Amino acid sequence: NPKPRVMATKPKLFYFCGRGRMESIRWLLAAAGVEFEEEFIETTEQYEKLLKDGRLLFGQVPMVEIDGMVLTQTRAILSYLAAKYDLYGKDLKETVRINMYTDGTLDLMLMIAVAAFKPPAEKEESLALVVKRAKTRYFPVFEKILKDHGEDFLVGNKFSWADIQLLEAILMVEELDASVLSEFPLLKAFKTRISNIPTIKKFLQPGSQRKPPPDSHYVEVVRSVLH
Amino acid sequence: MAGKPKLHYFNGRGRMESIRWLLAAAGVEFEEKFIETPEDWDKLRSDGHLMFQQVPMVEMDGMKMVQTRAILNYIATKYNLYGKDIKEKALIDMYTEGIADLNEMIIVLPLCPPDQKEAKIALIKERTTDRYLPVFEKVLKSHGQDYLVGNRLSKADIHLVELLYYVEEIDPSLLANFPLLKALKTRVSNLPTVKKFLQPGSQRKPPINEKSLEQAKKIFR
Repeated sequence: NPKPRVMATKPKLFYFCGRGRMESIRWLLAAAGVEFEEEFIETTEQYEKLLKDGRLLFGQVPMVEIDGMVLTQTRAILSYLAAKYDLYGKDLKETVRINMYTDGTLDLMLMIAVAAFKPPAEKEESLALVVKRAKTRYFPVFEKILKDHGEDFLVGNKFSWADIQLLEAILMVEELDASVLSEFPLLKAFKTRISNIPTIKKFLQPGSQRKPPPDSHYVEVVRSVLH
Repeated sequence: MAGKPKLHYFNGRGRMESIRWLLAAAGVEFEEKFIETPEDWDKLRSDGHLMFQQVPMVEMDGMKMVQTRAILNYIATKYNLYGKDIKEKALIDMYTEGIADLNEMIIVLPLCPPDQKEAKIALIKERTTDRYLPVFEKVLKSHGQDYLVGNRLSKADIHLVELLYYVEEIDPSLLANFPLLKALKTRVSNLPTVKKFLQPGSQRKPPINEKSLEQAKKIFR
């Protein structure tokens, strides 16, 4: 008897139509070659329905429906996906390194995400600080890691979540300052190499589910939904 | 013989306290090297021991780990406090992140300017009773088990009980409508390792006072 064919449902992402805290999740799924659906929150009514239906554990998005679970909390979702798609290292010591690196790059990217909601002068200051931190605190560390082991990927000579997130962070900071990698030759090579991985190359093309930088419309929608 | 883990931080709770709780609950003895002067802080950074120039930093198993979450997740995995599979781990992570968000508000409260403090405390109280504690009370009620996930002690229970102690410090009446959380707090507090950690003379740190805050500001200028 042939087994009944069970179609795996695609993960479904619930968030605003913009980067925010969901973008790193989109990147990870895309890099892992996983197709996903998105439901964009555009009105207060939609948001209140999600709340009323009890699908937002702490009343917040991002929320991802995957494998029969309703998951919230960005890092919880990212860790689950990294483990599921074998992007989390081969043992505990590799996992902890991946966690250290991704915590660092996520901190940097969240600074950019929250800056969008600040008044103009503060926003400019925050973004200048992001570039400074990238150049002095974060990128030198990753340049050194690549230099010390001479391998293609950050951890264990194998593509992992750490590589995906570093590329995402590099591209985001380059949007603020195109010259930010000028002192980091290995990161430049890394950027090219990782960008050419087929799943990532596809995600970087126009028309993918990758979202543009936050603009005033995005900020307005988020503010009006969450008032 | 593996040396004991060594914790680098200032002599106060901050972001290191949840690591102290987890190690203690797991029955792991640890040492502490306190950053007490600006010179200590300068040296730690210039010696290149802090990956992103930040603490907490924990020396353990031949590594110098940084980033609170990375450290906690390592300890939890090593000492079997992270669920039995990736789905339980996802639940534990989700609960932990919620707890961490509320704990973050409490951690940074001492740094709040005096004129904003009252409003911040009011917000913390509101979030406690309206957003966070009801969720965990409901989780315990839904399965009727002793622990949040998988009928077994995990890092989520330890972080939650730690948080409940801080909530109680702010205002004991905040726990009034959460009988199952109160029971969890008692149950976890009575585990031998936790009981020991809760006694005077342990490495648990008191709330920050004016003097320690001034000292910390001088060190981390």
